[in-house]
Amino acid sequence: MDLFTNANYNFTKWRWHAIAFSALIVLLGLVQIARQGMPLGIDFSGGTIVILKFQQATSEQQVRDALDTLPGEKVVQQYGAATNNEVLIRLPQAAQGEQGTSLEQGARQVMDAVKAANIGQFTVTSTEIVGPVIGKDLQRKGIYATLASILGITLYIAFRFRPSFAVGAIAATLHDVIVTFAFLTFFGYELSLNIIAAILTITGYSVNDTIVIFDRVRENARTMRGVALEQQVNTAVNQTLSRTIITAGTTFLSVLALYLFGGEVLEGFAFTMLVGIVSGTYSTVFIASSIAIALSKNVVQPAAPARAVASERPRRRERRNV
Amino acid sequence: MTSNLRWKLIAILAVIALAVLAFYPPKDKVRLGLDLKGGVHLVLRVQTDDALKLETETSAERLRDELSRQGVTVGSVAAQDVRSFRVEGVPGDRDADFRRIAEEWVGVSFDRSSSAGGVYTFTLKTAQVTRLRQEAVAQALQTIERRVNELGVAEPIVAPHGDGDQILVQMPGVTDVSRAKEIIRSTALLELKIVEDGPAPSREALLAARGGQVPPDLEVVPGASEAGGTGPVFYLVKRVAGITGRDLRNARGSLDENNQPAVSFSLNQQGADKFGQLTAQNIGRQLAIILDGRIQSAPTIEGRIYDEGRISGSFTQQEVQDLSLTLRSGALPASLTYLEERTVGPSLGQDSIRAGVLASFIGLGLVTLFMLAYYKLSGINALLSVSLNLLILLGFMAYIGAVMTLPGIAGFILTIGMGVDSNVLIFERIKEEMAAGKSARGAVAAGFDRVFLTILDTHVASLISAAFLFQFGTGPIRGFATTLFFGLLANVFTAVFVSRTLFELILSRRPQAAKLSI
Repeated sequence: MDLFTNANYNFTKWRWHAIAFSALIVLLGLVQIARQGMPLGIDFSGGTIVILKFQQATSEQQVRDALDTLPGEKVVQQYGAATNNEVLIRLPQAAQGEQGTSLEQGARQVMDAVKAANIGQFTVTSTEIVGPVIGKDLQRKGIYATLASILGITLYIAFRFRPSFAVGAIAATLHDVIVTFAFLTFFGYELSLNIIAAILTITGYSVNDTIVIFDRVRENARTMRGVALEQQVNTAVNQTLSRTIITAGTTFLSVLALYLFGGEVLEGFAFTMLVGIVSGTYSTVFIASSIAIALSKNVVQPAAPARAVASERPRRRERRNV
Repeated sequence: MTSNLRWKLIAILAVIALAVLAFYPPKDKVRLGLDLKGGVHLVLRVQTDDALKLETETSAERLRDELSRQGVTVGSVAAQDVRSFRVEGVPGDRDADFRRIAEEWVGVSFDRSSSAGGVYTFTLKTAQVTRLRQEAVAQALQTIERRVNELGVAEPIVAPHGDGDQILVQMPGVTDVSRAKEIIRSTALLELKIVEDGPAPSREALLAARGGQVPPDLEVVPGASEAGGTGPVFYLVKRVAGITGRDLRNARGSLDENNQPAVSFSLNQQGADKFGQLTAQNIGRQLAIILDGRIQSAPTIEGRIYDEGRISGSFTQQEVQDLSLTLRSGALPASLTYLEERTVGPSLGQDSIRAGVLASFIGLGLVTLFMLAYYKLSGINALLSVSLNLLILLGFMAYIGAVMTLPGIAGFILTIGMGVDSNVLIFERIKEEMAAGKSARGAVAAGFDRVFLTILDTHVASLISAAFLFQFGTGPIRGFATTLFFGLLANVFTAVFVSRTLFELILSRRPQAAKLSI
């Protein structure tokens, strides 16, 4: 069975449309994020801890369902031994209001919601304010880590391929991250540690996808001497098309299962991955190579054609050494 | 079967055996994180008064030293309570000098009030009190975080809690609770002070020569007796420490001259300067090594020492390790008390973990079906190599004692994805080569050879990213990076080596085959 036999679609023809389309999406995404702000989950903002003691055994899911009406992502944990019937609830910080009021507010909201759900008699054992798990210091470290890893990948691609390819790959990756953030904001998901993990996974996929195509371009360079880079890239995209679709498809399939059947706690994680996979596949085919072509042209254009050929030569020699 | 192929198969079986050995039985060897299994929930209170007391005492000490240096003799300088100290007997003719010096040395942090007879009281300013308390909590938070992380507990929760002086700590796993508590709690305040007198069997005996009074710049510190003696001994030492734990650069376990476990420490530049000066000025005298207010040993200074020192005492190996860990992570600015200690269930919830596991199996099932339908018999090949990849990864994780959490599992998902991807890349390439007219054997060889470079590039790029994330990241980012890193290494092995060996095994049975079920 074959998905595509001798696929020959003219992808690069659409590259300016793709870049314009993506620029629009990214711009809308940035506006969306700037306007609404990325809502921060309890890991980042801190919030309220409320401990409830029920008179009879009550599952965490029952409590979680009861709290469904409250805004934000809640953490519901069994507290103490299972026979105690105690449940610890962490609520994110209310958007406005001072600490004192938010503490009482959080506790009252929880009490009202659980009473309304009618899942049994309970008492509130304690309520406390809790600070963010990921404080300012850890946030800064996390951002540095991400930037450092992006820089590392950029240097590697620039070294193994061409600097313009590195820019293309990183642009595609950033595109995916921004698009994912925009979707998260639009659909009202809060930024949590799990979503950060999903975003890291997406950047991994995106870079991987892009390198596969670039690798094919490099391999084709030998047999397609004298052919425009545009054509070389288009051939590579077509040659790897089945692989791109199959890999994206299988991953999408398994994450879709997680989204549909994984329960509400994993929903945010799975949603982020779904958006990221779609965006990543699109950006690999259209964005990474388009930017690479555009930048390569700018480098070569001012020179006479003869020099452009000359500049190809050392690169081929370098390739053979690999 | 050629002998080459036989060796390859043996190597693969050996790797499988090692991996299984590493994580079997999984119940004991594979540790689950807070989000998947729950752990211990602790609430600590930072005794911020300790930080105030330290500031008051050192300020009083600084003022006393400066006064005597400038020749202003006063009756006494002594701490009154945690936030104030009192100076008595300031001579009337030097009053202006005293005020000038006091303003210069402690005026920034303390309010001054005077009463008759040359008596002055210095009280910490309210703004300073607030600042010191906040700093103490922030520093305690940071120190606990470092200690818990160094303990190898992956992805703990350490967060401010309550009104301002409490800290919430959640740690996965419950086996090491008591040790974890020891490490969190111990202040590990290291001080090196010059001994003025001692040892003596009791406080009274020590002070007998001084009329039962402790001179204002000295203090009595208890300690364990040197080898051979019994019972506690007491030393009279300088109140102000020459060197403290803040001057440390590193601390590690070592052995002392009697081959007993000891902790060696090295000092940073500033500490080394101070230490060199201190030891040069006090050759022949004893230096007390004080840990949490107790003298561990009081060796005689033989010569000038710069940046190395050793704490010996009757330590066990475990104590030495814990002590060097706590010294490295920095001293707690204040002591801690426990307000709560409970076990908690998984933060993802028991029920949602069950749902997640079910969903993962559904997902894997779908991928399996697709691979078999699309690649037919070669699909089995891909599934085998991906399963082996997971097996090796699990073995790695168990071997290095990593804790599995949801972000770690995200690393697993990315690994499975890249595993499937590598196989798809190879299979698609083999198909291409066969379409170009190569025999099955030739197509397999060409497919693997051509794709090898691609797999190398994608994996090296991801490895670089994982290494950076591990180096600079914390908590969940590290968990993700660890899984990804080992997953990628395992995948290079399974996708390139194992998968190829399996193809060779199939082809070795029918060497002339022109077709392949792919």
